[in-house]
Amino acid sequence: MSGTTTRAPLVRLTGCEKRYGTIVALTGVSLEVGAGEVTCVLGDNGAGKSTLIKIISGMHQADAGTYEVEGEPVRFGSPREALERGIATVYQDLAVVPLMPVWRNFFLGSEVRRGAGPLRRLDIRFMRDTTRTELRNMGIDLRDVDQPIGTLSGGERQCVAIARAVYFGAKVLILDEPTAALGVKQAGVVLRYIMRARERGLGVVFITHNPHHAYPVGDRFLLLNRGRPLGTYAKGEITRERLTTLMAGGEELEQLSHELEGTAAADAGLGRVAEELEQDVAGLSGEAAAPPEQGS
Amino acid sequence: MSQAVDAGAAPATADERSARRSALARLLARPEAGSLAGAVVIYVFFFAVAPPFRGLDALATILYASSTIGIPAVAVALLMIGGEFDLSAGVAVTSSALVASMLSFQLTLNLWVGIAVGLLLALGVGALNGYLVMRTGIPSFLVTLATFLMLQGLNLAITKVITGNVASPDISDMDGFGTARKVFAAEWDLGGLSLRISVVWWLLFTAVATWVLLRTRVGNWIFAVGGAQASARAVGVPVRRVKIGLFMTVGFLAWFTGMNLLFSFTTVQSGEGVGNEFLYIIAAVIGGCLLTGGYGSAIGAATGAFIFGMTTQGIVYAGWNADWFKFFLGAMLLLATLLNLWVRRRTEAAR
Ligand SMILES: Nc1ncnc2c1ncn2[C@@H]1O[C@H](COP(=O)(O)OP(=O)(O)OP(=O)(O)O)[C@@H](O)[C@H]1O
Ligand SMILES: [Mg+2]
Repeated sequence: MSGTTTRAPLVRLTGCEKRYGTIVALTGVSLEVGAGEVTCVLGDNGAGKSTLIKIISGMHQADAGTYEVEGEPVRFGSPREALERGIATVYQDLAVVPLMPVWRNFFLGSEVRRGAGPLRRLDIRFMRDTTRTELRNMGIDLRDVDQPIGTLSGGERQCVAIARAVYFGAKVLILDEPTAALGVKQAGVVLRYIMRARERGLGVVFITHNPHHAYPVGDRFLLLNRGRPLGTYAKGEITRERLTTLMAGGEELEQLSHELEGTAAADAGLGRVAEELEQDVAGLSGEAAAPPEQGS
Repeated sequence: MSQAVDAGAAPATADERSARRSALARLLARPEAGSLAGAVVIYVFFFAVAPPFRGLDALATILYASSTIGIPAVAVALLMIGGEFDLSAGVAVTSSALVASMLSFQLTLNLWVGIAVGLLLALGVGALNGYLVMRTGIPSFLVTLATFLMLQGLNLAITKVITGNVASPDISDMDGFGTARKVFAAEWDLGGLSLRISVVWWLLFTAVATWVLLRTRVGNWIFAVGGAQASARAVGVPVRRVKIGLFMTVGFLAWFTGMNLLFSFTTVQSGEGVGNEFLYIIAAVIGGCLLTGGYGSAIGAATGAFIFGMTTQGIVYAGWNADWFKFFLGAMLLLATLLNLWVRRRTEAAR
């Protein structure tokens, strides 16, 4: 590694701005993530979360602001360049090919080969075994790494995508809404997995619109609202309740909850749904905050 | 990156569970399983109803008929696994044969020069198809429909202008004919049994394609670009290069088939080949290729072509009206498609 002796953060963005034509998707946004840290980016739909990670992952370039990796200013032209600096992104759609076996997906784009000349071929045994071991190390025991990845559950697929990034030497892991489409249990598996990655010393940027998923695993929280930062908080500086309130835009939420109560009075069914939702969420964060209980 | 991997440390449970997948189960899970079973059934059927079908010489004829569809079908299958179509493949066969023969004939060149130019043309058409598809994002169905029509027009028009006729001139007394015939259209006499070289080429191309698909990095990429193009790109697969390469492979095998026809018959009809592109696609689909890409096999496409060959010849040997052939082909296509649909549902719904 180059000679930066000061502990510069793995990734630091300052005063970042991004426009799509006349739409300002992001402005004045700063973000930092160090080794062994989880920075959560929270915001409602359209807040600019995906735009922000596309800048970090090299898919887009910022129109203004600076981007440093380990203290060194960078300007990535493609995701490949970011990947070479150890910044790996697990996109919302996971970048897996459903009909292909798990192990082929695991090594896709970075296949291991043996032999030479026209007999150069895939080292299938190595890739199979490695996939199995890597997944087991992260606490997923697959019956068969030859099954199409499309047959795994959403949470398992998410974990395979993350394990792949970790295995290929990621220093920074960017996760775009990894828990969005998951049930409570599955989301718990992914959150636990994020903490494993952190324990391994990776920096994690975790994008979500669910404060109950972010709070248990995050060290730092960046809140976005319509492309502007609402604030950055360290874990000690903010409570879960405050985070939730801020997320929904403070008074707006109060207003909303009054409205909802009004509706709920009219429609008891809706109220019940809301209650169940709250219970689910509470149950989950309890589960995820517990230390990983994997034996052996 | 590479953590030490100790395969021996795998607990016994994992080994037991993988061992449970027997060889038969693995075979049944392959894309070509259905077509192999179908081929056996059809063979047994014609064996039972058509006595002339039983002889080895009949088998040789069937294999030859199969190879003329099977060689381009291998490439078409690879392309379909990669998620694209090529409707120009059928007429590209004729185009390369016409170019090779008429160019050599008009300029009195050695036939090998014409053969080389025909190859360049076929690869060029493939590259153009691929480039247009990748560059514009227009579905390959449309792009290659356009090149199909253009090539068909050129085949007819240029042949008419040059020869004043609908067929290319006879090239059997030209320089290079003997050697080219040995390569593309040799016929061996094995104790009264005539075996055509194109059968050997067909099996060879199928074997190479199978090796590439299952054992090489490019094969992995072909499945990936067909199965989920955006995902493949995101993990660093060179999508454009893979797809253009696949279109060019179709061009290559179309050229090869054209050379086989040219040196078997010494002359080519300019209107030939139209409709054959569907036979190639049908062979690939009967062999288990999904129309939507990402799934299929070269052995399946070869089996599909063999089914095609058995049915065309079998109907003749059985002494039936050849009109029945299309019905059979349609029925088999329907069966194969239903089977594929079921496979797809099983992998996608089991989440
Ligand atoms: N390619 C684009 N062209 C034009 N506008 C865009 C583009 N991508 C995003 N935007 C706009 O930028 C804003 C931020 O979008 P972004 O996708 O970053 O939001 P998000 O926080 O990820 O939302 P979600 O929670 O729905 O994923 C939105 O208003 C969106 O419409
Ligand atoms: Mg988003």
